[in-house]
Amino acid sequence: MLVHASTMGKTIAEKILAAKSGKSTVSPGEIVEAYPDLVMSHTATWRSVSVMEKVGATKLYNPDRLAVVLDHIAPAKSEKNAADHLVCRQFARKFGVQKFYDVDAGIAHLVLMENGHVAPGDLIVGTDSHCTIYGSLGALGTGIGYTEVTSVWITGKLWMKVPDTFKINLSGQFKPGVYSKDLMLHLIGTLGADGCNYKSVEFYGTPVSVSERMTMTNLAMEMGVKCAFVPPDAGTAEYLRDRLPQASRYQPVTADADAVYEKVLDVDLGQLEPMVACPHEVQNTKAVGAVQGAHIDQCFLGSCANAKYEDLVVAAKILKGRRVHPHVRFIITPGSKNIMLEAARNGIVETLLEAGGLFTNPGCGACAGDGGVMADGEVCLSTANRNFIGRMGSSNAEIYLCSPATLAASAIKGCITDPRGFF
Amino acid sequence: MESKIQGRAYKFGDNINSDIIIPGRYLIYIDRQKLAEHAFEPLGKEVNAKLRDFPILVAGRNFGCGSAREQAATAIQGLGIRAVVACSFARTFYRNAINDGLPIFECPEIYSAVEEGDELAIDFAAATIAHKGSEYGFPKLPESVQKILELGGLAAYLKTQLSASPGA
Ligand code: SF4
Repeated sequence: MLVHASTMGKTIAEKILAAKSGKSTVSPGEIVEAYPDLVMSHTATWRSVSVMEKVGATKLYNPDRLAVVLDHIAPAKSEKNAADHLVCRQFARKFGVQKFYDVDAGIAHLVLMENGHVAPGDLIVGTDSHCTIYGSLGALGTGIGYTEVTSVWITGKLWMKVPDTFKINLSGQFKPGVYSKDLMLHLIGTLGADGCNYKSVEFYGTPVSVSERMTMTNLAMEMGVKCAFVPPDAGTAEYLRDRLPQASRYQPVTADADAVYEKVLDVDLGQLEPMVACPHEVQNTKAVGAVQGAHIDQCFLGSCANAKYEDLVVAAKILKGRRVHPHVRFIITPGSKNIMLEAARNGIVETLLEAGGLFTNPGCGACAGDGGVMADGEVCLSTANRNFIGRMGSSNAEIYLCSPATLAASAIKGCITDPRGFF
Repeated sequence: MESKIQGRAYKFGDNINSDIIIPGRYLIYIDRQKLAEHAFEPLGKEVNAKLRDFPILVAGRNFGCGSAREQAATAIQGLGIRAVVACSFARTFYRNAINDGLPIFECPEIYSAVEEGDELAIDFAAATIAHKGSEYGFPKLPESVQKILELGGLAAYLKTQLSASPGA
């Protein structure tokens, strides 16, 4: 029987894109003109400002739909950076951009979620590929370039293709020492760097914490997704209760029971092991046992993927009363000021400092090659989301990716180590 | 945008990410030439020098994956490359290339046939690409998107929109 596309059940991406383009229903492959609720831009904002000047635009579609956060290369480390930051500040002031966060705030994605600028059902675009993270709260987030950001600033809209959706059903529970980072490295390794190119992904099944969801929807980018969602539930409502400016902003969008999925995958969390992504591609994943003992020079606990409060707690639990190996530099860059504050109040900062860690200011830090740069031949183990050649300094350095637990265990031993021995 | 492009092709494999195309430390530039000086630097200086003699890039799957940096497309243009043909593109690169006025299209059929230095002739109006006597078709872009490319990118397109409706 041929069922007309418009009468079939809809996925989350289809529902959000229909709502934001003023249509009652849309189907995969359709191109729509959508009006995002929020356009985020980070330190790249100055480039969008320069495009605005170049095209001679003098008005924004709606300044309340802009958010600007200075997180990459912050605070400024050169006169050029300082001048770029100044352009961003002046722009925010001139156009009355209220959602402006300066170099003290932290990584844009985390700052915007913490401060209630992301709600379920929102459409959010921005100058960063990891905008997919907003799906942790049920919003459709996706990355665009700086010229396109300017275009949305001015016109309020952009063209978008409605994606097909993959459904991933989670069952079972993580074993001690295994986290959503390991789940995602497993999926990226299995599906490949383009396994979900142009696709939307929805996660169902075993409930996980909002912090774990952020890691999942962030890392989903590394298998190519356009957007990824963990459908809103009681955990989402709880996280957003005191953050959203009005309770009415909480309008969860969920998929229909008969929504059409291009592919359905099942993952038993209980079968997963700690995973490591080896140089120089995220899809190059191995179970930690296969690289156990590999030499490391630096550990980086940072990035929008895994520098949340819960991530710092996991590392601190393992490092409490222990010492970082003398040959290892252990750099901790909290995801945001709020995270750092909470970690300071609860003794997490103390534990990590006493263990031999080095704290930097919140922000992207070494993930964006700012501080913690690697020399020729050095190896960094990192909780970030990318291990691409040359991303943290020398093109002859190597980057491995792992969970905060694997990072902490490895920092103690001075080589890649299975964290399960510490539980 | 040119309607026809002819020239020799340089060939890449799968998953060439945007950190390879232009490392993050050079994102302080937006100028084409400056970016081009560092394009593909992680693959070695020789690759950068060589690419200047090849107006067409042929790549495998997922070209431009990773960071949403628009400078990946700008740097490629700065090298003098006038079109990219790949088995598939990462979506952020795909949008950025169009918005930067760099013609790109997917044609997985041609990938295995092409070798470095082969002569290719692309006809955008006909949506065909000729190689050693064979002709391959590729999907045309949606009209609204084609328009952006024809005007040389999104900034130029915006300019025409703004002059059509002053006040905006
Ligand atoms: S922390 Fe890293 S991945 Fe996240 S936004 Fe910053 S540079 Fe990008």
